[in-house]
Amino acid sequence: MSEAPPVLEVRGITKRFPGVLANDNVDLTLRKSQVLGLLGENGAGKSTLMNMIYGLYKPDEGEILVNGAPVQIAGPKDAIELGIGMVHQHFQLVDVLTVTENVMLGNETVSGPFLRRDKARREIEQLSREYGLDVDPDAQISDLPVGIQQRVEIIKALYRHADILILDEPTAVLTPQETRGLFKIMRTLLDKGVSIIFISHKLKEVLEICDDVVVLRRGKVAGHADPSASTEQSLASLMVGRDVILEVDKAQARPGDEILNVINLHVHDDRGLPAVEGLSFALQRGEILGIAGVQGNGQTELVEALTGMRAVEDGRIFIKDADMTNASPRHVTEQGLGHVPEDRQRDGLVASFTVMHNLVLSTYYQSAFSRAIVVDDRAIADNARKLVEQYDVRPPIINNIAGGLSGGNQQKVIVAREFSRDVDLLIASQPTRGLDVGSIEFIHRQILRMRDSGAGILLVSSELDEVLSLADRVAVMFEGEIIDILSIDETDRDTVGLRMAGVRDQSHLVGEA
Amino acid sequence: MSAVGKQKSGRRLTFKLTRKRIIAVVLLLLGAFIFFESSTLDSELVTTLTFESSSTGEAPAVADIPVPTSSYLLVVGLLFIVTGALNLHEYEIPRWRRLSLALMALCGALFIPTVIIAAAAGNDTNLTTIIAESLRLATPLAIGAFAGIWCERAGVVNIAIEGMMLFAACFGFTTLFFLRGTALPLETAQLLAVIIGVLAGGLIALLHGWLSITFRTDQIVSGTVINILAVGVTSFVRREYLLSTEAGAAKLGNFAIPILSDLPVIGEAIFTNQPIFFMMFVMLGFTHIVMFYTRWGLRTRAVGEHPHAADTLGINVNRTRWINVFISGMIAGLAGAWFSLEATGSFNDGMTRGAGFIALAAMIFGKWTPIGAFGAALLFGFSDSLGIRLQMVGVGFPVQFLQMVPYAVTLVVLAGFIGRASPPKAVGQPYVKE
Repeated sequence: MSEAPPVLEVRGITKRFPGVLANDNVDLTLRKSQVLGLLGENGAGKSTLMNMIYGLYKPDEGEILVNGAPVQIAGPKDAIELGIGMVHQHFQLVDVLTVTENVMLGNETVSGPFLRRDKARREIEQLSREYGLDVDPDAQISDLPVGIQQRVEIIKALYRHADILILDEPTAVLTPQETRGLFKIMRTLLDKGVSIIFISHKLKEVLEICDDVVVLRRGKVAGHADPSASTEQSLASLMVGRDVILEVDKAQARPGDEILNVINLHVHDDRGLPAVEGLSFALQRGEILGIAGVQGNGQTELVEALTGMRAVEDGRIFIKDADMTNASPRHVTEQGLGHVPEDRQRDGLVASFTVMHNLVLSTYYQSAFSRAIVVDDRAIADNARKLVEQYDVRPPIINNIAGGLSGGNQQKVIVAREFSRDVDLLIASQPTRGLDVGSIEFIHRQILRMRDSGAGILLVSSELDEVLSLADRVAVMFEGEIIDILSIDETDRDTVGLRMAGVRDQSHLVGEA
Repeated sequence: MSAVGKQKSGRRLTFKLTRKRIIAVVLLLLGAFIFFESSTLDSELVTTLTFESSSTGEAPAVADIPVPTSSYLLVVGLLFIVTGALNLHEYEIPRWRRLSLALMALCGALFIPTVIIAAAAGNDTNLTTIIAESLRLATPLAIGAFAGIWCERAGVVNIAIEGMMLFAACFGFTTLFFLRGTALPLETAQLLAVIIGVLAGGLIALLHGWLSITFRTDQIVSGTVINILAVGVTSFVRREYLLSTEAGAAKLGNFAIPILSDLPVIGEAIFTNQPIFFMMFVMLGFTHIVMFYTRWGLRTRAVGEHPHAADTLGINVNRTRWINVFISGMIAGLAGAWFSLEATGSFNDGMTRGAGFIALAAMIFGKWTPIGAFGAALLFGFSDSLGIRLQMVGVGFPVQFLQMVPYAVTLVVLAGFIGRASPPKAVGQPYVKE
């Protein structure tokens, strides 16, 4: 395998930002028709390296070779001309334009000054067929789900005749099904001679799809790994630089009183269509109820209704026997609810505030942090110093702007704020999305600590592995309903997967037949 | 929606205050108003709609239409009431839904004729003149709105249209004023004056670009600075150079479009007109085609929506913005030249009188599209011309009220049928390459 000729080589690349050495003498080699995995924790320098290959940053030292020849890449235009395409972690698509317009943008098919949409459309249809990238060329981007948007990004690169494709954390926003679809597409691309750099911190995926793996740690190459001879454990240790416990070690749950009771809940989505349809469940202290399901089956709306952020159309919500149907978020918070929201940047933090102020967003008005109408910054700072140390927020500077922290550390700030309060009920929605192994391990341990201290926990996650390893019971949501609640000891991955796909329990039918 | 949904019980709602119902209620009230107003009128009154000025003496190509005012208003009032009532209910059956919506569209179409007929109760009113006058008064507003579209579609707020117009009006007229004494023929001098006006607008736009693109000043602040600067500089120029002699020059001459100007009725009223008036239609077509059918337009819209995405595709964001801001300034300059060179043949302090801001309102009203903005500008022009006409006729009605009605109705219709206007997403944000 590794005899294939190198198409892209990076030699001794160094990049400094003020105060940070983002890449330190990095080497890597991508070979023809292979997938090179680039692993590393958040902030390890993966994206910086890729942005240099794509011409968005300029390296301070080192050289880049394409097909064996040294090249100068001054901007994305040069990269595109060299056949390099990049699918960014945050999609670079213009929402209000159509697929065709997005694909042709910057490389338009024209006659004179006029756009030839018809020609471009035919070319896109051609690419769609050739690579199995099913997409409607006339759809507007804002109407498409993320999985399809990603295909548009890949088509964008192929339309520019890219034969080196950089995928920056492509699976971070995908459901397990969509990830499988992406892998299928990647294999087709490889067959057609495209070489791929695959950035991820999901070890299982890297092991599955990559031919070679380079691990970055703090801007340096920490090592190479051969996927056929590696395990998740060995990759994780290489990535973090110490042994990591991937398996969650948890004691038997000791369920107590009922803390949350939801009866026949109906909630609408943003467009006013039913998203949650007649949901009922109960949660007890000292247990973790996992909500599994493919994204978009009403989980978001359920959580928003429970936390007071979305109107309940019908049904009741009781927290500690008090009716919390359509209560305000503050009312619910004061009833003992902690909430780790799905979209941490939108609902979890005020990005332009400092860490210390973000840590008191739900408590700033209480007597501990304010006197009359004046907030007590000294008390807030003391609180922040304590929490930053306890929850290992890095860098531990309480005056930093929250928006400047890495994703994992932003999540730690939210977890610190929510878990440090006197919380009896915790709703954690996608608590580890986009985080690296070290941060995931930390947050999982905190959730278990909360459970063992007697809080009831509702864990909503589209990561099946996360639900299976943490939850005591699993409720599977499908099209706005809970179609089954399974005890973790009596079920397995396949059963939950079937329920997620909408297959109901049919054992009683088998019995009858 | 959330205000209604926020009820404690959690019971299902049976009645929702939808947009359609709001319009229905407005129609009901309006219908009732028209209905009762019609009963106060003398039943003998007749409003005659004419299409040609009677001075020509020839037989009119289009016959006059006499409308019995009070019966007409009675019928329209009832139609509004019925339509309003029908639309209070959400119909399950498609045929009923179609019927109620068609009636609503009919009410919308009847609205402006009704205002004219009611306002001119008992008199003759010349429809062609009203239409031509609306178009004429809409000229600076429409062109100003196109200027706004060029700028804002690329992601740069332009509240300096007012200032750019004023600069153009002033320097355009000053040019004409100084060329008057030379041997140049009048048409050439006027053409040069318009060109200088257009370039003055472009020059001021470069200042806007320099402040807001290069130095990333807040675009609102930069625009405000230009507006204040314009007032000061132009009144200084007037006092220093224009006051010394009697200030007044020939307006831009009429121009007849071949063939079209031979059409009956509208040939003379619309197709024989001044050049900037015609430029309004040229700019409408030009802006629409460039924005939606060319490479430049696609890039402009991408830069205004998601500059970083455009950057990753090798598009130079700031260069695109610079060019669009410059073009925007030149178009605003053309609108400014209308005031001093086409409409009056003179320059007065602050003569644009807020037209730049109304142009911006037209742009937003028209959802940042040239055709929508043109429609909005026409509406504003219609309201102006209606006011002038009514004052001349001398109706007993408060003129200001009738002038206000088209806006009020359009607001309701816009809120009801067309929905929220969303500006280009990156508008107002300077682009910083990481």
